Amino acid sequence: MTDVMHKPRAVTGRSRPGGGGREPSTAQRPFRALVWALPPVVLLAVFFLYPLALVVQQSFQPDTGGTSLEPYADVFASYAFREALWTTVWLAVAATAGCLVLGFVLALVIAFVPFPGAKAVARFIDVFLSFPSFLITLALLFIYGTVGMANGLWTDATGAAEGPFQFLTTPWGVLLAEITYFTPFVVRPLLAAFSQLDTAQLEAASSLGARAPRIVRRIILPEALPALAAGGSLVLVLCLNEFGIVLFTGAKGVTTLPTLVYGKAMLESDYPGACVVAVVNVLISVGLYGLYRVVSRRAGA
Amino acid sequence: MLVHSRKARWAVWALFLVLFLPLFALPLLVVLGASFATHWSSVLPSGATIANYRAATRGEALQALTTSLVTALVASLLALAVGTWAALAAAALNKRHRKIMDALFVLPVAVPSVVVGLAILVAFSQPPFLLNGTRWIVIVAHTVLVTAFAHQSVSAAITRLDPAYAQAAASLGASPAYVLWRVRLPLLLPSLTAAAGLCFALSMGELSATMMLYPPDWTPLPVLVYAATDRGALFTGSAVAVVLMAATLLVLFGVSRIRTRASYR
Repeated sequence: MTDVMHKPRAVTGRSRPGGGGREPSTAQRPFRALVWALPPVVLLAVFFLYPLALVVQQSFQPDTGGTSLEPYADVFASYAFREALWTTVWLAVAATAGCLVLGFVLALVIAFVPFPGAKAVARFIDVFLSFPSFLITLALLFIYGTVGMANGLWTDATGAAEGPFQFLTTPWGVLLAEITYFTPFVVRPLLAAFSQLDTAQLEAASSLGARAPRIVRRIILPEALPALAAGGSLVLVLCLNEFGIVLFTGAKGVTTLPTLVYGKAMLESDYPGACVVAVVNVLISVGLYGLYRVVSRRAGA
Repeated sequence: MLVHSRKARWAVWALFLVLFLPLFALPLLVVLGASFATHWSSVLPSGATIANYRAATRGEALQALTTSLVTALVASLLALAVGTWAALAAAALNKRHRKIMDALFVLPVAVPSVVVGLAILVAFSQPPFLLNGTRWIVIVAHTVLVTAFAHQSVSAAITRLDPAYAQAAASLGASPAYVLWRVRLPLLLPSLTAAAGLCFALSMGELSATMMLYPPDWTPLPVLVYAATDRGALFTGSAVAVVLMAATLLVLFGVSRIRTRASYR
């Protein structure tokens, strides 16, 4: 499967007008090309790879001195870590699923049942991506907070002392914020994929009597699968790494791996422990991101 | 058109609005509304005021705004330079080396930014690079975080670039440096400005790594928003957040003007 997928790509890459022209010249001077590539790689090594290596090194150095697996044993044995690991994973998976469903529905309407202003909505989604994530949590505080809009509406209407919406400081509040913030990351690739879909297929299917749900299931969904896979795995990684939303929720009950790294390093000054959690978080995220790159390359995205 | 009957179409649009408005439009409106208010205990905010903005554009907050703008500007320019260099250099490499380089430069996207913050804190709190406590540690962290995005968008643009122009120039006797400066970079300018805008927006909103690194005299806006909401000053926090959003949008708008000018060349 892999070979079948990759071979045509390699061939087109070489037969592209540029490939042929460029390759001989670099083949003559492969050493020079490598030298030119050196400065940015050195910068990356000094400012990113070397610090990362130090984190790994420190995760094996307990405060008592020496080199051992003791920090790992301590962290893995702690209830807080296992709790944070589980919370991180289920929140990320649930948020990704929510983003996929919601993003698919929204993109479907924008692309295939367009309304006046649909373009403006698509533009708005682009703008949404350029805002920091913690804004969403800040806004949710006003909407569902203890004295926010929804609870105010409820207490005004019923005269009760408290509103029914108290989920903001629970994982559900984080989940809502993550779905809100990350759905545009699914909508964007979907809209790009839909814009390449031949609408004649839809017209043909509908003239043959297929109704909208069937067209969505049999024509649009298969076309959208690569974009969904690519967008979904990106969102999964971003959710695993999300920090601002969880921090702003201010919930003591919700700890994810990134906030645990922050807490251990900044509040407890337990650097070996923080480094262990960081290594675990990096392994999960980089593994998944590698998967994302493979999936999106297959999808041609 | 997927849905043909008029009734069904309205139903679909109604569903869209029910999903879209509370989830995406409402949060931004709410932050905007709160920034002009002093109380919010019922459906709508009350106690209209502009005092929040007076607080958000003065003293500490004004300093945070300039801090954020300077950090984002320096970080995105550095990231653009390094990312573009890396992308151009990678394009000249053979396939195997190119793959390694792409993987290296994409790594900061996948690594959680909190971990990038921790790593930079660990590495630059000790000799030979002692940056902890200075503004440079924040700028370095932001540069590392956004370089990956700059590299990704520029290298995507390079693969789409028609090499015929560069070949024509080279065949007419232009030196590689001249071809780069007068042909390839101008052709890449639209994607370079787009990448710069992306880097700037990301850096303006960066919170996770910054929270671990910022020295007291170099506090960017997101940290200030967090500090305000953490001590319960939600309305001042909203005003600072609106200032942050407005500054980001203004710069993005300016950058997009460069882009449209460039595409008419």
